[in-house]
Amino acid sequence: MSGTILTFAIGYAQVVLGLAGCLAGVRILRGPRAQDRVLALDTLYIAVMLLFLVTGMRLGSLYLFEAAMVIAVMGFVASIALAKFLFRGEVIE
Amino acid sequence: MSPLDDVPLWLALPVAGLVMLGSTLTLIGAWGFLRLDSFYDRLHAPTLASSWGTGGVILASALLASFQQGRPILHELMVGLGIMTTVPVTLMLLGRAALHRDRAEGKLPPAPDRDDGPGKDE
Amino acid sequence: MMTRLVPYPVQSGLLTILWMVMTRFSLGHLLLGGALALLAGWAMSSLHPERATPRNWRVVPRLIATLFGDIVRSNIRVARLILTEGRSDRRSAFLEVPLQLRSPTGLAVLAIILTATPGTAWIEYSHDRQSLVLHVFDGAETDHYLGVIRDVYEPMLQEIFE
Repeated sequence: MSGTILTFAIGYAQVVLGLAGCLAGVRILRGPRAQDRVLALDTLYIAVMLLFLVTGMRLGSLYLFEAAMVIAVMGFVASIALAKFLFRGEVIE
Repeated sequence: MSPLDDVPLWLALPVAGLVMLGSTLTLIGAWGFLRLDSFYDRLHAPTLASSWGTGGVILASALLASFQQGRPILHELMVGLGIMTTVPVTLMLLGRAALHRDRAEGKLPPAPDRDDGPGKDE
Repeated sequence: MMTRLVPYPVQSGLLTILWMVMTRFSLGHLLLGGALALLAGWAMSSLHPERATPRNWRVVPRLIATLFGDIVRSNIRVARLILTEGRSDRRSAFLEVPLQLRSPTGLAVLAIILTATPGTAWIEYSHDRQSLVLHVFDGAETDHYLGVIRDVYEPMLQEIFE
Protein backbone atom coordinates (compact mmCIF):
# COMPACT_ATOMS: atom_id res chain seq x y z
CA MET A 1 0.00 0.00 0.00
CA SER A 2 2.55 2.57 1.10
CA GLY A 3 4.88 1.31 -1.63
CA THR A 4 2.21 2.12 -4.22
CA ILE A 5 1.62 5.60 -2.79
CA LEU A 6 5.32 6.42 -2.73
CA THR A 7 5.96 4.99 -6.19
CA PHE A 8 3.12 7.06 -7.59
CA ALA A 9 4.22 10.27 -5.81
CA ILE A 10 7.85 9.86 -6.84
CA GLY A 11 6.92 8.98 -10.41
CA TYR A 12 4.74 12.09 -10.58
CA ALA A 13 7.57 14.22 -9.17
CA GLN A 14 10.02 12.80 -11.73
CA VAL A 15 7.73 13.67 -14.64
CA VAL A 16 6.90 17.12 -13.28
CA LEU A 17 10.51 18.04 -12.51
CA GLY A 18 11.60 16.81 -15.93
CA LEU A 19 8.94 19.04 -17.45
CA ALA A 20 10.12 22.00 -15.35
CA GLY A 21 13.65 21.42 -16.64
CA CYS A 22 12.34 21.38 -20.22
CA LEU A 23 10.48 24.68 -19.71
CA ALA A 24 13.68 26.26 -18.39
CA GLY A 25 15.51 24.80 -21.39
CA VAL A 26 13.05 26.48 -23.76
CA ARG A 27 13.79 29.79 -22.02
CA ILE A 28 17.54 29.23 -22.45
CA LEU A 29 17.04 28.79 -26.19
CA ARG A 30 14.56 31.65 -26.54
CA GLY A 31 16.39 34.25 -24.50
CA PRO A 32 15.76 37.00 -25.49
CA ARG A 33 18.69 38.50 -23.58
CA ALA A 34 21.75 37.13 -21.84
CA GLN A 35 20.37 37.68 -18.33
CA ASP A 36 17.30 35.60 -19.20
CA ARG A 37 19.51 32.73 -20.27
CA VAL A 38 21.56 32.86 -17.06
CA LEU A 39 18.38 32.94 -14.96
CA ALA A 40 17.01 30.01 -16.96
CA LEU A 41 20.22 28.08 -16.32
CA ASP A 42 19.71 28.72 -12.60
CA THR A 43 16.14 27.35 -12.78
CA LEU A 44 17.32 24.38 -14.84
CA TYR A 45 19.93 23.35 -12.32
CA ILE A 46 17.48 23.54 -9.43
CA ALA A 47 15.04 21.32 -11.32
CA VAL A 48 17.76 18.82 -12.24
CA MET A 49 19.11 18.76 -8.69
CA LEU A 50 15.62 18.00 -7.33
CA LEU A 51 15.20 15.33 -10.02
CA PHE A 52 18.40 13.65 -8.79
CA LEU A 53 17.16 13.76 -5.20
CA VAL A 54 13.79 12.28 -6.13
CA THR A 55 15.43 9.54 -8.20
CA GLY A 56 17.70 8.82 -5.26
CA MET A 57 14.61 8.37 -3.07
CA ARG A 58 13.16 5.91 -5.56
CA LEU A 59 16.33 3.83 -5.80
CA GLY A 60 17.08 4.14 -2.10
CA SER A 61 20.70 5.10 -2.76
CA LEU A 62 22.68 7.92 -1.18
CA TYR A 63 25.04 8.32 -4.15
CA LEU A 64 22.58 10.38 -6.16
CA PHE A 65 22.40 12.75 -3.21
CA GLU A 66 26.12 13.43 -3.54
CA ALA A 67 25.63 14.17 -7.22
CA ALA A 68 22.81 16.58 -6.35
CA MET A 69 25.08 18.36 -3.90
CA VAL A 70 27.79 18.78 -6.53
CA ILE A 71 25.21 20.16 -8.98
CA ALA A 72 24.00 22.65 -6.36
CA VAL A 73 27.51 23.95 -5.61
CA MET A 74 28.63 24.07 -9.25
CA GLY A 75 25.41 25.73 -10.34
CA PHE A 76 25.81 28.46 -7.73
CA VAL A 77 29.39 29.22 -8.71
CA ALA A 78 28.53 29.17 -12.42
CA SER A 79 25.58 31.53 -12.05
CA ILE A 80 27.56 33.95 -9.90
CA ALA A 81 30.41 33.98 -12.42
CA LEU A 82 28.01 34.57 -15.31
CA ALA A 83 26.18 37.34 -13.45
CA LYS A 84 29.50 39.01 -12.69
CA PHE A 85 30.42 38.71 -16.33
CA LEU A 86 27.19 40.48 -17.32
CA PHE A 87 28.35 43.40 -15.17
CA ARG A 88 31.79 43.71 -16.64
CA GLY A 89 31.50 42.07 -20.05
CA GLU A 90 30.28 43.54 -23.28
CA VAL A 91 27.24 45.62 -22.44
CA ILE A 92 25.62 45.81 -25.85
CA GLU A 93 24.94 42.43 -27.42
CA MET B 1 10.27 -1.43 -5.49
CA SER B 2 11.05 -3.49 -2.40
CA PRO B 3 12.71 -0.74 -0.28
CA LEU B 4 9.63 1.48 -0.54
CA ASP B 5 7.22 -1.25 0.58
CA ASP B 6 8.69 -1.40 4.09
CA VAL B 7 7.78 2.21 4.81
CA PRO B 8 4.79 2.50 7.18
CA LEU B 9 1.74 4.36 5.98
CA TRP B 10 2.03 7.20 8.52
CA LEU B 11 5.41 8.09 7.02
CA ALA B 12 4.52 7.38 3.38
CA LEU B 13 1.65 9.88 3.32
CA PRO B 14 3.59 12.98 4.44
CA VAL B 15 6.58 12.00 2.28
CA ALA B 16 4.35 11.59 -0.79
CA GLY B 17 2.57 14.87 -0.02
CA LEU B 18 5.81 16.82 0.39
CA VAL B 19 7.33 15.38 -2.78
CA MET B 20 4.25 16.25 -4.82
CA LEU B 21 3.98 19.73 -3.29
CA GLY B 22 7.64 20.48 -3.95
CA SER B 23 7.67 19.27 -7.52
CA THR B 24 4.39 21.01 -8.37
CA LEU B 25 5.69 24.33 -7.03
CA THR B 26 8.89 23.90 -9.06
CA LEU B 27 6.78 23.30 -12.16
CA ILE B 28 4.64 26.39 -11.47
CA GLY B 29 7.83 28.41 -11.08
CA ALA B 30 9.24 27.14 -14.37
CA TRP B 31 5.89 27.68 -16.10
CA GLY B 32 5.72 31.25 -14.86
CA PHE B 33 9.29 31.70 -15.95
CA LEU B 34 8.33 30.81 -19.51
CA ARG B 35 5.09 32.74 -19.43
CA LEU B 36 5.93 36.11 -17.87
CA ASP B 37 6.80 38.98 -20.16
CA SER B 38 9.46 41.15 -18.59
CA PHE B 39 12.79 40.10 -17.12
CA TYR B 40 12.08 41.67 -13.74
CA ASP B 41 8.87 39.64 -13.44
CA ARG B 42 10.71 36.49 -14.37
CA LEU B 43 13.18 37.18 -11.58
CA HIS B 44 10.48 36.11 -9.11
CA ALA B 45 9.71 32.72 -10.66
CA PRO B 46 12.80 30.75 -9.51
CA THR B 47 12.21 31.76 -5.88
CA LEU B 48 9.15 29.52 -5.96
CA ALA B 49 11.42 26.59 -6.87
CA SER B 50 14.12 27.57 -4.41
CA SER B 51 11.89 28.08 -1.35
CA TRP B 52 9.12 25.49 -1.02
CA GLY B 53 9.95 23.59 -4.17
CA THR B 54 13.32 22.62 -2.78
CA GLY B 55 12.04 22.58 0.80
CA GLY B 56 9.33 20.01 0.12
CA VAL B 57 11.53 17.59 -1.78
CA ILE B 58 14.42 17.95 0.67
CA LEU B 59 12.21 17.36 3.73
CA ALA B 60 10.65 14.28 2.13
CA SER B 61 14.06 12.95 1.17
CA ALA B 62 15.43 13.51 4.68
CA LEU B 63 12.42 11.77 6.29
CA LEU B 64 12.67 8.75 4.01
CA ALA B 65 16.45 8.42 4.30
CA SER B 66 16.27 8.72 8.10
CA PHE B 67 13.76 5.87 8.22
CA GLN B 68 15.72 3.67 5.85
CA GLN B 69 19.09 4.21 7.52
CA GLY B 70 17.64 3.97 11.03
CA ARG B 71 19.35 7.19 12.18
CA PRO B 72 18.53 10.87 11.61
CA ILE B 73 19.96 11.96 8.27
CA LEU B 74 20.45 15.71 8.30
CA HIS B 75 22.77 16.39 5.38
CA GLU B 76 19.80 16.77 3.02
CA LEU B 77 18.66 19.70 5.15
CA MET B 78 22.10 21.30 4.78
CA VAL B 79 21.81 21.16 1.00
CA GLY B 80 18.33 22.65 1.22
CA LEU B 81 19.60 25.46 3.40
CA GLY B 82 22.44 25.99 0.93
CA ILE B 83 20.05 26.29 -2.00
CA MET B 84 17.71 28.61 -0.11
CA THR B 85 20.54 31.01 0.73
CA THR B 86 22.60 30.85 -2.48
CA VAL B 87 19.81 31.26 -5.04
CA PRO B 88 18.80 34.70 -3.68
CA VAL B 89 22.42 35.83 -4.00
CA THR B 90 22.44 34.82 -7.66
CA LEU B 91 19.08 36.50 -8.27
CA MET B 92 20.24 39.71 -6.62
CA LEU B 93 23.40 39.85 -8.73
CA LEU B 94 21.43 39.10 -11.88
CA GLY B 95 18.87 41.79 -11.02
CA ARG B 96 21.62 44.34 -10.56
CA ALA B 97 23.38 43.23 -13.74
CA ALA B 98 20.13 43.56 -15.69
CA LEU B 99 19.51 47.03 -14.26
CA HIS B 100 23.07 48.03 -15.13
CA ARG B 101 22.69 46.77 -18.69
CA ASP B 102 19.26 48.35 -19.16
CA ARG B 103 20.61 51.69 -17.99
CA ALA B 104 23.66 51.44 -20.21
CA GLU B 105 21.35 50.91 -23.17
CA GLY B 106 19.05 53.73 -22.09
CA LYS B 107 16.01 51.51 -21.58
CA LEU B 108 15.65 52.71 -17.99
CA PRO B 109 16.23 56.19 -16.60
CA PRO B 110 19.68 56.46 -14.97
CA ALA B 111 19.41 57.04 -11.22
CA PRO B 112 16.30 57.52 -9.03
CA ASP B 113 12.75 58.25 -10.20
CA ARG B 114 11.77 54.73 -11.23
CA ASP B 115 8.16 54.47 -10.14
CA ASP B 116 7.10 52.84 -13.34
CA GLY B 117 8.03 49.30 -14.29
CA PRO B 118 10.19 48.88 -17.38
CA GLY B 119 8.60 47.96 -20.68
CA LYS B 120 8.47 44.48 -22.09
CA ASP B 121 11.90 43.57 -23.33
CA GLU B 122 11.23 41.75 -26.57
CA MET C 1 46.05 35.75 21.03
CA MET C 2 42.72 33.98 21.10
CA THR C 3 41.32 36.16 18.33
CA ARG C 4 44.45 35.57 16.22
CA LEU C 5 44.10 31.82 16.61
CA VAL C 6 40.33 31.62 16.12
CA PRO C 7 39.35 34.75 14.19
CA TYR C 8 35.76 33.66 13.56
CA PRO C 9 34.62 31.43 16.47
CA VAL C 10 30.93 31.26 15.53
CA GLN C 11 31.56 30.56 11.86
CA SER C 12 34.26 27.98 12.65
CA GLY C 13 31.96 26.21 15.11
CA LEU C 14 29.13 26.10 12.57
CA LEU C 15 31.52 24.80 9.93
CA THR C 16 32.62 21.98 12.25
CA ILE C 17 29.00 21.02 12.92
CA LEU C 18 28.30 21.14 9.18
CA TRP C 19 31.25 18.82 8.55
CA MET C 20 29.96 16.31 11.08
CA VAL C 21 26.42 16.45 9.72
CA MET C 22 27.73 15.76 6.24
CA THR C 23 29.85 12.81 7.38
CA ARG C 24 28.97 11.34 10.77
CA PHE C 25 29.31 12.26 14.45
CA SER C 26 32.60 10.83 15.75
CA LEU C 27 35.76 12.07 17.44
CA GLY C 28 37.85 11.67 14.30
CA HIS C 29 35.49 13.79 12.25
CA LEU C 30 35.28 16.34 15.06
CA LEU C 31 39.07 16.79 14.93
CA LEU C 32 39.26 16.79 11.12
CA GLY C 33 36.31 19.16 10.74
CA GLY C 34 37.63 21.41 13.51
CA ALA C 35 41.04 21.64 11.84
CA LEU C 36 39.45 22.48 8.49
CA ALA C 37 37.21 25.08 10.13
CA LEU C 38 40.25 26.74 11.76
CA LEU C 39 42.06 26.81 8.42
CA ALA C 40 38.97 28.33 6.79
CA GLY C 41 38.84 30.94 9.56
CA TRP C 42 42.46 31.97 8.91
CA ALA C 43 41.83 32.12 5.18
CA MET C 44 38.75 34.24 5.74
CA SER C 45 40.44 36.66 8.13
CA SER C 46 42.89 37.61 5.39
CA LEU C 47 39.99 38.30 3.02
CA HIS C 48 37.41 40.04 5.14
CA PRO C 49 38.59 42.15 8.04
CA GLU C 50 35.18 43.06 9.44
CA ARG C 51 33.48 40.71 11.90
CA ALA C 52 29.89 39.73 11.36
CA THR C 53 28.87 38.21 14.66
CA PRO C 54 25.32 38.85 15.87
CA ARG C 55 25.24 40.83 19.12
CA ASN C 56 21.88 39.60 20.21
CA TRP C 57 20.91 35.97 19.69
CA ARG C 58 17.51 36.11 21.38
CA VAL C 59 15.75 37.64 18.39
CA VAL C 60 17.10 35.08 15.90
CA PRO C 61 14.43 32.37 16.50
CA ARG C 62 11.66 34.95 16.21
CA LEU C 63 13.17 36.19 12.93
CA ILE C 64 13.30 32.64 11.54
CA ALA C 65 9.69 31.94 12.59
CA THR C 66 8.44 35.17 10.98
CA LEU C 67 10.40 34.44 7.82
CA PHE C 68 8.98 30.91 7.64
CA GLY C 69 5.41 32.18 7.88
CA ASP C 70 6.02 34.88 5.27
CA ILE C 71 7.59 32.42 2.84
CA VAL C 72 4.64 30.02 3.11
CA ARG C 73 2.18 32.86 2.62
CA SER C 74 3.92 34.43 -0.36
CA ASN C 75 4.49 31.04 -2.00
CA ILE C 76 0.74 30.56 -2.12
CA ARG C 77 0.15 34.09 -3.41
CA VAL C 78 2.77 34.00 -6.15
CA ALA C 79 1.78 30.50 -7.29
CA ARG C 80 -1.82 31.65 -7.64
CA LEU C 81 -0.78 34.83 -9.50
CA ILE C 82 1.36 32.83 -11.96
CA LEU C 83 -1.48 30.39 -12.63
CA THR C 84 -3.95 33.21 -13.29
CA GLU C 85 -1.42 35.23 -15.30
CA GLY C 86 -3.10 36.93 -18.25
CA ARG C 87 -6.53 36.81 -16.63
CA SER C 88 -5.74 39.05 -13.65
CA ASP C 89 -4.69 42.68 -13.86
CA ARG C 90 -1.45 42.15 -11.97
CA ARG C 91 1.14 44.89 -12.46
CA SER C 92 4.63 44.63 -11.06
CA ALA C 93 6.29 47.74 -9.66
CA PHE C 94 9.63 49.16 -8.64
CA LEU C 95 9.60 50.44 -5.10
CA GLU C 96 11.97 52.69 -3.22
CA VAL C 97 12.25 51.84 0.47
CA PRO C 98 14.09 54.16 2.88
CA LEU C 99 16.09 52.19 5.45
CA GLN C 100 17.34 52.94 8.97
CA LEU C 101 19.53 49.86 9.03
CA ARG C 102 23.24 50.63 8.60
CA SER C 103 25.16 47.48 9.45
CA PRO C 104 26.52 45.84 6.26
CA THR C 105 25.82 42.36 7.63
CA GLY C 106 22.27 43.34 8.55
CA LEU C 107 21.73 44.71 5.05
CA ALA C 108 23.10 41.49 3.54
CA VAL C 109 20.73 39.39 5.66
CA LEU C 110 17.81 41.65 4.73
CA ALA C 111 18.73 41.27 1.04
CA ILE C 112 18.67 37.49 1.30
CA ILE C 113 15.40 37.51 3.26
CA LEU C 114 13.65 39.74 0.75
CA THR C 115 14.93 37.90 -2.31
CA ALA C 116 14.27 34.44 -0.84
CA THR C 117 10.63 35.39 -0.25
CA PRO C 118 8.73 34.94 -3.52
CA GLY C 119 7.17 38.18 -4.68
CA THR C 120 9.94 40.58 -3.75
CA ALA C 121 13.40 40.96 -5.26
CA TRP C 122 16.17 43.22 -4.00
CA ILE C 123 17.54 45.13 -6.97
CA GLU C 124 19.98 47.66 -5.56
CA TYR C 125 20.96 49.62 -2.47
CA SER C 126 22.14 53.20 -2.61
CA HIS C 127 24.53 54.30 0.13
CA ASP C 128 24.01 58.00 -0.61
CA ARG C 129 20.25 57.93 -0.45
CA GLN C 130 20.20 55.16 2.18
CA SER C 131 17.38 53.44 0.46
CA LEU C 132 16.92 50.26 -1.48
CA VAL C 133 15.17 49.59 -4.75
CA LEU C 134 12.83 46.63 -4.56
CA HIS C 135 10.93 44.94 -7.34
CA VAL C 136 7.53 43.62 -6.27
CA PHE C 137 5.68 41.04 -8.32
CA ASP C 138 2.24 42.27 -7.36
CA GLY C 139 1.98 46.06 -7.32
CA ALA C 140 -1.21 45.90 -5.22
CA GLU C 141 0.88 44.58 -2.30
CA THR C 142 3.17 47.63 -2.20
CA ASP C 143 1.89 48.99 1.11
CA HIS C 144 2.00 45.56 2.71
CA TYR C 145 5.68 45.07 1.86
CA LEU C 146 6.61 48.60 2.94
CA GLY C 147 4.94 47.94 6.29
CA VAL C 148 6.54 44.51 6.75
CA ILE C 149 10.03 45.83 6.07
CA ARG C 150 9.66 48.91 8.25
CA ASP C 151 7.83 47.36 11.20
CA VAL C 152 8.99 43.74 11.26
CA TYR C 153 12.29 42.92 9.60
CA GLU C 154 14.19 46.17 10.05
CA PRO C 155 13.70 46.47 13.85
CA MET C 156 14.61 42.79 14.30
CA LEU C 157 17.79 43.09 12.26
CA GLN C 158 18.73 46.32 14.03
CA GLU C 159 18.32 44.53 17.34
CA ILE C 160 20.49 41.64 16.17
CA PHE C 161 23.31 43.49 14.47
CA GLU C 162 23.43 47.03 15.91
